Amino acid sequence: MDSAREPGYRSDVPALHALANPARFLKIARPLTPILFWLGAALTLFGAWAGLTQTPADYLQKETVRILYIHVPAAWLGMGGWSGLALASLGYLIWRHPLANLAARAMAPVGAVFAATCLATGSIWGRPTWGTWWEWDGRLTSMLLLFFIYVAYIALARADAERGGDGRVPALFGVAGSVLLPIIRYSVIWWNTLHQGQSIGLTSSTIDGSMLWPLFFTMSGFTLLFAGIVLMRMRASLAAQKVEARLKRMAA
Amino acid sequence: MNHWAFVVAAYAVTAAGAGGLALASWAAMRRAERAAEALRQRG
Repeated sequence: MDSAREPGYRSDVPALHALANPARFLKIARPLTPILFWLGAALTLFGAWAGLTQTPADYLQKETVRILYIHVPAAWLGMGGWSGLALASLGYLIWRHPLANLAARAMAPVGAVFAATCLATGSIWGRPTWGTWWEWDGRLTSMLLLFFIYVAYIALARADAERGGDGRVPALFGVAGSVLLPIIRYSVIWWNTLHQGQSIGLTSSTIDGSMLWPLFFTMSGFTLLFAGIVLMRMRASLAAQKVEARLKRMAA
Repeated sequence: MNHWAFVVAAYAVTAAGAGGLALASWAAMRRAERAAEALRQRG
């Protein structure tokens, strides 16, 4: 399958899209998938071990503070996943490149799982810390909405594919859904109810370094795992498309 | 209140979610690529 021959594909786009050829993409994705996955798994496991055994307990939250090392990466990937999905959708809408559409569809279930993990671990963390499993707080509610829009995107993309759509409707939904990202980001400022404010920024953190360091391992580990799983899903979709195209040719 | 029970539950949920997704994605990729390869060899 040569993407440059896809109907609607704009070949006037510069060399930025050299990678967007499925054959070229597979040549890179095949060796990259196990590297990303196993490096991600190793970093995550090391970070989790360090977070569980090598850091002090918090003076207020006691041992439950250790949930931080999985909750924060899950939140980051729940939101980062939708950012990636929105960018890929935008790329598809502008350049009509089928790989961008494939990437967006591959990211959706992975982002949804991380958003669900963020909600579940946050709920488990909330019970001993806040005394409740759930509260209709700005951050919690907006994160739940993000999970729902992931589910809606997956359903829409599946329905579009089954009806032979060109993928523009789910792509538009992917771009429109990114409106939720700044709402989640600033929810702790706009509706300062139960969830704590931002404690980790790009350049500084209110968490002591003795407790913070394993987080960098789990953050980078989960991010690589996310990328590895997305590549697996993209490869599966490309292989399925190849089978379908070949079967059609054989039947013709 | 035993705080460790909550910590273990949170880590177990994460491991099940991420591990299950990785396993399902890997199995789907293997299945699809094997099917494509088998079809290619059949000509």
